[in-house]
Amino acid sequence: MPRAGSAWRPGATLATLRRRAEILATLRAFFAARDVLEVDTPQLGPVTATDPLLASVPALPWADDTRWFLQTSPEFAMKRLLAAGSGPIYQIAHAFRRAEHGRLHNPEFSMLEWYRPGFDAAALAAEVAELVTAVIGAREVRRDAWGSLFRAGVGLDPFTAGDADLRAAAARSAGDTVRGWARDELLDLLFSEHVEPQLGQGCLQFVDAFPAARASLARTLNDADGHRVADRFELFIDGCEIANGYHELLDAGELRVRMEADNAVRRARGEEAIPVDERLLAAMAHGLPPCAGVALGVDRLVMIALGVRDIDDVLAFSAPRA
Amino acid sequence: MATFSTNEFKPGLKVILDGDPCSILENEYVKPGKGQAFNRVRLRNLKNGRVWERTFKSGDTLEGADAVDKELQYLYNDGEFWHFMDPESFEQYTASNDIVGDAGQWLKEQDFCTITLWNDAPLSVTPPNFVEISIVETDPGLRGDTATGGTKPAKLATGAVVRVPLFLDIGDVVRVDTRTGEYMNRVRS
Repeated sequence: MPRAGSAWRPGATLATLRRRAEILATLRAFFAARDVLEVDTPQLGPVTATDPLLASVPALPWADDTRWFLQTSPEFAMKRLLAAGSGPIYQIAHAFRRAEHGRLHNPEFSMLEWYRPGFDAAALAAEVAELVTAVIGAREVRRDAWGSLFRAGVGLDPFTAGDADLRAAAARSAGDTVRGWARDELLDLLFSEHVEPQLGQGCLQFVDAFPAARASLARTLNDADGHRVADRFELFIDGCEIANGYHELLDAGELRVRMEADNAVRRARGEEAIPVDERLLAAMAHGLPPCAGVALGVDRLVMIALGVRDIDDVLAFSAPRA
Repeated sequence: MATFSTNEFKPGLKVILDGDPCSILENEYVKPGKGQAFNRVRLRNLKNGRVWERTFKSGDTLEGADAVDKELQYLYNDGEFWHFMDPESFEQYTASNDIVGDAGQWLKEQDFCTITLWNDAPLSVTPPNFVEISIVETDPGLRGDTATGGTKPAKLATGAVVRVPLFLDIGDVVRVDTRTGEYMNRVRS
């Protein structure tokens, strides 16, 4: 928290802000050279992500108090452009997530999101590596399945271990409160405590084949051992998650089922359901071209390029200074 | 008693964890790309001083601990218990050797110290940062030797042993930093 008296000052130095501007120019040049179209979609909309683990910031842009939302990512609108025949597109947008605040989080942050018709997850991951290399320089690229990293880091098989063993392992850092946790929460905790901090040390570490329960809007498939996994990847650099890519789900019916399942979780927790985005579903029913898409945290990329530890150091005014 | 959610965990907030009162030292928010967010929290157990690391699901709550810091005057030690008094209400508090711990070697009768009370009973004792106490045991002083920079052990009236310059003698009053146990200067001889 800035000291009173200096609270008007930016968190980032002017040298950092100049470097940040250069990085944004590098990103735009990267896509211009590849004929990927820059787009600009609304950050304010009547619908938002249904994911029960994402909270949107509500907004009241109309005189009649109709509640809209600041977008948690530009994904839905960009997919409508893809269905309308846009071809490859990218966007650098502010995204908003309620109650996400810490060393790597600000409730308002910059997201680079792009979509590549005809790419699968591996082709898009290769392009992500090229883009990151253009900003931070070349590093070794590694690619591992989430399950094998989990087995190596935690010592349990995330697909076959019993809930009791996972719970006992989680209790070592989280104490008795894990008694009521769901299996997916135990897996999230164990991965974030025992695996993530080591990922991408000195390299670009892609992680793929996440559990199907964390598929979000990615396709699911069976891995070589017959486990249902999500066809998506995350990129880690120096222990920090920086990008999240999907081989995109195309089936509107399947997406409706997932969104309604999300809303069932919200209702069970006593929260309001989020209206399902019928315009996205209509666009997908019309036909989303087979594509892969990825979101990359621009502030975190700047942090890594500059070697700083706190997001406050790369933002002109982080939330505590806003 | 109020409950506090993980996003209200600020350094210094006192909460109950596993039945013990704790003070929050650090709170780090961590969230996977897709999935459950957590708060990785470091807390000091106010009963035994140990530092705990514990991870919570973001949004989980803990009960607040009714722990308050009070400036109390140290009265005397009866061999088993240490006796303190609130100078405003004249209310007296007693604390066992376990609770006073190492702070006891700095406590001089009539001095003020900070006592953390939980449910109105002393939980921990923090001596003032600086105390002035007389020397009761040390090797004879080398008068005039104020330049060589040598030191020797000296036992203070409260029981603490500190290293002091060679020129000091029994009966000298010295000022000591209780956080480091270091001699600062001679107050009077």
